[in-house]
Amino acid sequence: MTTSTTTLPGAATAAPARLTQLDALESEAIHVMREVAGEFERPVLLFSGGKDSIVMLHLARKAFWPAPVPFPVMHVDTGHNFPEVIAYRDATVAEHGLRLVVASVQDAIDDGRVVETPGGSRNPLQTVPLLDAITQHRFDAVFGGGRRDEEKARAKERMFSLRDEFGQWDPRRQRPELWDLYNGRHKPGEHVRVFPLSNWTELDVWRYIEREGIPLPEIYYAHERDVFARDGMWLTAGDWGGPRPDEVVERRVVRYRTVGDMSCTGAVDSHAATVADVIAEVASSRLTERGATRADDRASEAAMEDRKREGYF
Amino acid sequence: MGTQTTTDLPAAGGAADHAQRDLLRLATAGSVDDGKSTLIGRLLYDTKSVLADQLSAVERATRARGGDGTAVDLALLTDGLRAEREQGITIDVAYRYFSTARRAFVLADTPGHVQYTRNMVTGASTAELAIVLVDARKGVLEQTRRHAALTALLGVPHVVLAVNKMDLVGFDQATFTAIAREFADYAHVLGLPDVHAVPLSALDGDNVVLRSDRTPWYDGPTLLELLEQVPVGRDAAAEPLRLPVQYVIRPRTPDHPDYRGYAGKVASGLVRVGDELRVLPSGRTSRVVGIDTFDGPLTQAEAPRSVTVRLADDLDVSRGDVLVPAQEHVRTGQDLVGTVCWLTERRSVAGARVLVRTGTRTVRALLREVDARLDVDTLTVEQWDPVDTVRTIDATDTSSDAAPRSLGLNAIGRVRVRLAEPVVLDDYATHRRTGGFLLVDPADGSTLAAGMVGPTLLDRLAPVRADERDDDWLAGAGI
Ligand SMILES: Nc1nc2c(ncn2[C@@H]2O[C@H](COP(=O)(O)OP(=O)(O)OP(=O)(O)O)[C@@H](O)[C@H]2O)c(=O)[nH]1
Ligand SMILES: [Mg+2]
Repeated sequence: MTTSTTTLPGAATAAPARLTQLDALESEAIHVMREVAGEFERPVLLFSGGKDSIVMLHLARKAFWPAPVPFPVMHVDTGHNFPEVIAYRDATVAEHGLRLVVASVQDAIDDGRVVETPGGSRNPLQTVPLLDAITQHRFDAVFGGGRRDEEKARAKERMFSLRDEFGQWDPRRQRPELWDLYNGRHKPGEHVRVFPLSNWTELDVWRYIEREGIPLPEIYYAHERDVFARDGMWLTAGDWGGPRPDEVVERRVVRYRTVGDMSCTGAVDSHAATVADVIAEVASSRLTERGATRADDRASEAAMEDRKREGYF
Repeated sequence: MGTQTTTDLPAAGGAADHAQRDLLRLATAGSVDDGKSTLIGRLLYDTKSVLADQLSAVERATRARGGDGTAVDLALLTDGLRAEREQGITIDVAYRYFSTARRAFVLADTPGHVQYTRNMVTGASTAELAIVLVDARKGVLEQTRRHAALTALLGVPHVVLAVNKMDLVGFDQATFTAIAREFADYAHVLGLPDVHAVPLSALDGDNVVLRSDRTPWYDGPTLLELLEQVPVGRDAAAEPLRLPVQYVIRPRTPDHPDYRGYAGKVASGLVRVGDELRVLPSGRTSRVVGIDTFDGPLTQAEAPRSVTVRLADDLDVSRGDVLVPAQEHVRTGQDLVGTVCWLTERRSVAGARVLVRTGTRTVRALLREVDARLDVDTLTVEQWDPVDTVRTIDATDTSSDAAPRSLGLNAIGRVRVRLAEPVVLDDYATHRRTGGFLLVDPADGSTLAAGMVGPTLLDRLAPVRADERDDDWLAGAGI
């Protein structure tokens, strides 16, 4: 029997023979996402409104087109959000008809599941609501936008990273991962973190955003903002507790290289107003994105490894 | 330091024509402490791929470990785990990225310690080039041989021998030549093609990125020059088509009520609209009527592109099936013979129930027997006669004598596996992208072994028993 095949718009073209580096990275990420959709029952994609998760969502739309993305997205909400990012999140979810799960740090604080340290960052507090949401919704695969080039503990991460029933990562017990045979088998209660962007660098992400014309929250581009200096970074004044009386607020032209909790994500001085400007800036930067913008990684040499072991992204 | 600055390298990622750059995946190999991580650190440092905050973090860590503060320990650029820094060894693979004007590189720095061999094979399985390091004072060691044998088994197409720590042997040419000869002989037996040897010092940077004036007797390329020149992409697109189906796309939306597409990555070869394809293992054929992507339909697509294919006929195609050219005779079957590297502490047990993962398919299987084991030190193969009865071996007894027909952690041997359903059985030697498989423990999901279908190095070293000659798996393997 012959099916009445749907006619798709546009004349078919021959793809260029040789895949460029970005094509190869895109194809690898799509392959990983389809593996998860094929092997797991309840995947979820972590969506913070940051550039890596936005690229990941874009890849998921490509992977399953013309079907909708077959899993929900989850935002771990620290309560210290950039309003532009929340607006972006809600518009994206509505535009693509996605189901959004919000795991709230504030709720976890209110319930007493986590305790806030006065003046401290809420970034490490995300682990408990994240793991609670995974248990509650029985998610068995969790897509994260982590990249190996971000940080030295992440450089050791597999594409498929098995977590025990406490959500913990044990770097010594990682599974061998050969060729593109990803083994996602796990026992009930365990889950697997999946990192489709493992092999991308910050520059690859920006070049891909340019190539694909992916819109981002405005705070990634140069804008004027009231900021104050703390730990060698420009932080935004806000409800979360800054500035302290001794910290002076000034108006500067800045942009964000990463987007996270407002209390620990710093802006950088920048006049990069377009994707092309940002690519030029990142290519010539002498600091890594986390080094330039994340207070939480400066806490100790192994800060990221310790957070990852506990079940952080 | 004894290096001359000859080239002015652009900073990482600064090249304008990045879109045209190709990608080389490479892995390090060699014994503990031969300097693999230091060499990767040196490559990153001398190509200016280390950013200021990473460098100052490594300087701090060097001082914290009692360094005198003048030199930085470049191995700390990849040895990022707390336990690695405490013990001064690499435990797990680290992936690093850098690029020059010519090429982008994915570096997998693997551990030399025998206990972590599984992490070495993880890094080497996708590598197109392996840098095998040798400490010039120690020469070729058992672990060097093991890693070289694994490199050959995994079919890594290019190998560079880095004779490291030349600073500790006074840059002696005779030492270098002797090691290079000994390794070349071993590589020849392994069937490793194309081995280049470079004398270098990862610690000081001689002949890594910058040409050394302390090795006037060496006029070959530096390591980086080799990495930039080696041809990449043993053209997967030139091999016959293999498209393992990952997922069936059925939107059932008002716009696409009847759409049915088979999503997968072209593992090898080329798929074109109009091609007659066969669905394996069922064997039915149909014609490609569309190749769809989010960016629009294609008339053809090559490996390793991810696509969605529509067929003319409404066949039963699902995850685990493989699309191949209709006219090609592709072997399928339920009896798998292959070479495995055993990757877990629990010994193999003949008669054990396992899962076999190959392509996108997972099937139940019985590990019938292990009938040969490779001694990587002597490159001899111990062979056993076939067993008729399934024997039970105490899996907790790790002494090798106790279980002559089984494999312990890191052992390499030949297995015979009976599968509950037929699968595509492509020889790894000719199909690196589809001839690999995993043995998985059905109880806890852990990966027991990684294997290669069909004849490998092991069979070349020791031809199979006469009574097995009629097996068709030997056909066409050229052994
Ligand atoms: N003198 C000298 N020492 C070196 C050289 N390369 C590495 N070393 C030293 O050798 C020791 C081991 O170096 P690593 O780079 O950690 O060795 P490795 O091969 O990565 O070790 P594993 O990953 O644990 O197998 C360190 O103390 C290095 O400083 C060299 O070219 N010359
Ligand atoms: Mg090392």
